[in-house]
Amino acid sequence: MGRYVIRRLLQFIPTVLGTMFLLHYLTSLAIQFSGNPVRALFGDRTPPPALLQAVTERLGYDDPCLGTRGDPCLFRPAETGSGLFGSGYELGLFFDRLANIFFRFDFGINLRQREVTDLVADAIPFTLKLLVIAILFEAIVGIAAGVLAGLRNGSFTDYLVKISTVFVISVPIFVLGLVVREFVGVKFGNVLRGQDWIPDVISAGMFSPGFKADYPWASLIIPGMVLGATSLAVTARLTRTSIMENIRADYVRTAKAKGLATKRVIGVHTLRNSLIPVITFLGVDIGAAMAGAVVTETIFNVPGIGRLVTMSARTGESSVVIGVVTMLVLVVLIANLLVDLLYAVLDPRIRYE
Amino acid sequence: MSDLSSAGTAVGGAPVGGDGPTTDAPGSGGQERSASLWADARRQLMRDPVFVIAFLYILVVGSMAAFPKLWTSQDPRACNTDRSRISPSWEHPFGFDILGCDYYSHAIYGAWPSMVIAIMATGGIVVFGGVMGMLAGYYGGWVDAIISRAMDIVLSLPFLLGAIVFLTVIKRQNIWTLTLVLFLLAWPTVARITRGSVISSKDLDYVHAAKAVGARNSRLMFRHILPNAVAPMMVYATIVLGSFVAAEATLTFLGVGLQPPAQSWGIMISVHQVYFLEDPWLLLFPCGLLVGTVLSFILMGDALRDALDPKFR
Repeated sequence: MGRYVIRRLLQFIPTVLGTMFLLHYLTSLAIQFSGNPVRALFGDRTPPPALLQAVTERLGYDDPCLGTRGDPCLFRPAETGSGLFGSGYELGLFFDRLANIFFRFDFGINLRQREVTDLVADAIPFTLKLLVIAILFEAIVGIAAGVLAGLRNGSFTDYLVKISTVFVISVPIFVLGLVVREFVGVKFGNVLRGQDWIPDVISAGMFSPGFKADYPWASLIIPGMVLGATSLAVTARLTRTSIMENIRADYVRTAKAKGLATKRVIGVHTLRNSLIPVITFLGVDIGAAMAGAVVTETIFNVPGIGRLVTMSARTGESSVVIGVVTMLVLVVLIANLLVDLLYAVLDPRIRYE
Repeated sequence: MSDLSSAGTAVGGAPVGGDGPTTDAPGSGGQERSASLWADARRQLMRDPVFVIAFLYILVVGSMAAFPKLWTSQDPRACNTDRSRISPSWEHPFGFDILGCDYYSHAIYGAWPSMVIAIMATGGIVVFGGVMGMLAGYYGGWVDAIISRAMDIVLSLPFLLGAIVFLTVIKRQNIWTLTLVLFLLAWPTVARITRGSVISSKDLDYVHAAKAVGARNSRLMFRHILPNAVAPMMVYATIVLGSFVAAEATLTFLGVGLQPPAQSWGIMISVHQVYFLEDPWLLLFPCGLLVGTVLSFILMGDALRDALDPKFR
């Protein structure tokens, strides 16, 4: 166990560096092949060269290696001295970016000189609320549906769960979000808002077509459910298979044979073992849900991180997109690391050499 | 999602065909028994109503993409704002969109980018991921270490986020860049699948026998080991076609995919989302086509998995 933790931590470092490099190389290649992204900000107008130069420099796109196609920007010719180990080269743009991120916690700035970290700090409470709702929803409903289906294999509930999960998995999340927003938020919401006896929290908060600052939790319930819908289907399927495997295990038969109540056999003996893969999935899904929040927040107009990404992408503010995504990727990587460690704690059968 | 395999039967409500005696074609009983895996699979698939329906749907959508003239004689760019948002009628089954263009022909022509992107990207990941997985699984050692690490790194970048970053920075959002980004971020899954099946079959006796009689590495890989990996790769490729169609529409909806003068289902949905309440058909037609396509690919993949897995017979 201890050795596994150390090994996993050591593996984490190259993965983080590699992912950072991948992100860096993707953006560098894009800049190298399509030119200075700052031009996009000016639309079809031609900016004065001095202004263009100033903005480019401020956003950090003035490195000469961004002019040569295919250059990974790892090293650059040294300006002073003999460079690294006398090779005449010093560390390039990639290492500058790494140093900014890890030593100065600097993820870049937007056009109005605001730090990306500030923008994210403003947006993160909404995204966190959304994530909590989504994860709770998919865990509770997904596990319940999976247990029901798994215990009664071949029954009506089982088929219902199987069919509905296939449909949920194959509907793209933005289609689901749009349809829910219009039917539930607008149409059904309008009916509710027409009734006087329904409290405002429900009619104007929960069933509003978008985020409302007055009801920070209530108006995020439906967006959260949409965000969790796909993973809910996966959770339900995973629980179902896992329960079906465990219910035939010897220890469950023993528990039944010694006369324990069914409630205890299912609730304690079977469920505890069956939920190990499900919990791992939920952990990994926190990262996936952060990425999924991009779509959900755009549809429901939630002023969180995801909408920040879409809005910056639409206006061409690539520095914000790169900064926020870099931050999100780090969070996802850390979440995955924690899940792996948790997995080792939960399941002592797993012995990693 | 391992459990998706049984979903194909669930949706049809009927068990997959092939449980009855296979002698209903008189005189060919003996021949059927010795048929290959693929012949067996084809026979089973042809009896599976879910697969047949999904396959026909994909054929329809595919023919829309390949021969739009077959389906409509209208030009989706012949627009007249006088006709903005006119409801469906007999001559114009999907009505007119906000700019007064014929919506039905837009939907027909909109199949092309989705299908082309999905097919090109899937082809790319199958070839490249397949080769990578094959090399990693066959040679092992440091080759495996490098390739596996690269796969881990790409997989740890959430798909949507990576695609948004790349497409925002490159600014040229067309079929080619969309294909490229889908390919770059999705190849490791195929590589992983191939690597797994190569590792599990490279130590089989018949491979050792082939090696003993002097087969070269390339022959061992492509003639003896690769055929074992083809079935899981095909199942995955079918499902991934569906997710690529969905991914294209999602990126377009977010504003980093195809841009409005082009025709695509994603554009139809994102342009008309605000008119949902007055004219829901503006949204329901493209959504229906999109969901139907994704669903068909997933169901076909499931049916294929059942048919190719001898354990289910």
